[in-house]
Amino acid sequence: MSREQQLAGVFVELADTLVADFDVIDFLHTLTERSVELLHADAAGLILVDPHGQLQVLASTTDQARVLELFELQNSQGPCLDCFRTGQPMVNVDLAEVEARWPRFQAATTAAGFRSVHALPLRLRGQVIGAMNLFCQDRASLSDDDVSVGQALADVATIGLLQERTARHTEIVAEQLQGALNSRILVEQAKGVLAERTGVDMDEAFKLLRAYARRNGSQLSAVAEAVIGGSVTVTSP
Amino acid sequence: MPSVRIRQILAEVMVGDRHGFPARLCLVCAEKLPVSGAGLAFMTSAGHIGTITATDGAAAELEELQQALGEGPCVDAFRDGQPVLQPDLAATGLSRWPGFTDGALEAGVAAVFAFPLQVGAIRLGVLDLYRDSPGSLDQPQLAEALAFTEAATAILLHLQGKAPPGQLLHPRLAEVVESRREIHQATGMITVQAAVDVADALLLLQAHAFGSERPLLEVAKDVVARRLRFGPAGDHDG
Repeated sequence: MSREQQLAGVFVELADTLVADFDVIDFLHTLTERSVELLHADAAGLILVDPHGQLQVLASTTDQARVLELFELQNSQGPCLDCFRTGQPMVNVDLAEVEARWPRFQAATTAAGFRSVHALPLRLRGQVIGAMNLFCQDRASLSDDDVSVGQALADVATIGLLQERTARHTEIVAEQLQGALNSRILVEQAKGVLAERTGVDMDEAFKLLRAYARRNGSQLSAVAEAVIGGSVTVTSP
Repeated sequence: MPSVRIRQILAEVMVGDRHGFPARLCLVCAEKLPVSGAGLAFMTSAGHIGTITATDGAAAELEELQQALGEGPCVDAFRDGQPVLQPDLAATGLSRWPGFTDGALEAGVAAVFAFPLQVGAIRLGVLDLYRDSPGSLDQPQLAEALAFTEAATAILLHLQGKAPPGQLLHPRLAEVVESRREIHQATGMITVQAAVDVADALLLLQAHAFGSERPLLEVAKDVVARRLRFGPAGDHDG
């Protein structure tokens, strides 16, 4: 299979995981594995910024790569971090350069038997959400073509991740809105039930409802539902 | 991520005061499509719970009827999670929604298109479009209506996302339910008076309003003010 054919296959595979039941971890593992295959690297690791702004190691093809990513985060130095900060790819960084720039990371890389490291940003229109490290044991450098292919994969992954975040956020707000509407109606209905049972007016009924919820540490809408269902009797204290 | 068309609609609608977004969406929608007017309503499993906005009197009446009667295209669209298209209401509506169709025709509504507002499995309401003469929407127009439906959902979620801390609902959305709260309060009272569940209590209230040819909200206010009671067998005196 030509590289174009392989690449097309990978794009379809990545797009396919973007549909129902999207699993971020699974998606990123697919990305790192295919990147290693297509670029003839030996290992890959990926860091991603979480909603609180913290960087997390979310995928790696080997334990060694995972350890190196964690090492970068713990020591606040390494190509992945610089790539994340600048949003620029860092490719064909040999061990001498690694030593000059990130002395502590160099020791760990050498110990793992890698000869070169590369980092590609996960970015979309100025927003950088993470970076992928590639490690090579035998190859000292990636070609320009390799870098283009790797960056294309990273770009597709970024679009998928951002889309998933937007969709999840939308769903959370929709759920809140639906819940708030339902709760509002339940509370009004329960006020009616209480007003009829006890002869108080609506304001008083609401006070009874809220006082009962507070006394019992329950949610107002839960108490309202129980009042409507008749399983709870709320009376004046 | 929203399509290009949806983003264009949002860019055109989301200007000025946030509280005006729903009304602007309906106005722009009625301009771009061959319809006479549009309305947006919240719905829950309890049915139509209030009109968020309507472009004109007939659009408002269309919403009013569906809340008062508990039947109509938007009720079906919401229940089934798919659009209900009625290009000629006089020809096809009477057998399906007799009460609604009578009232709608009288209000000058000749065609209705109802689109559910949904996010995945979560349904929030409907966008209702109407025409004052019979006529259908072609494929590109349907696509446009669906884009407006998604934009409407996005706007409601945008508002909800801007709810002040500690408030369950954004004030612009809360007022929709708030202005008609007596309907739900009366429903609660009737469950006790007539010893029925909530759904049947609402039906009793709707039937009374329909029978006495009065707005549902007015009848509900009578119940809350204890000027009207419903007896155990659904008898009422007031």
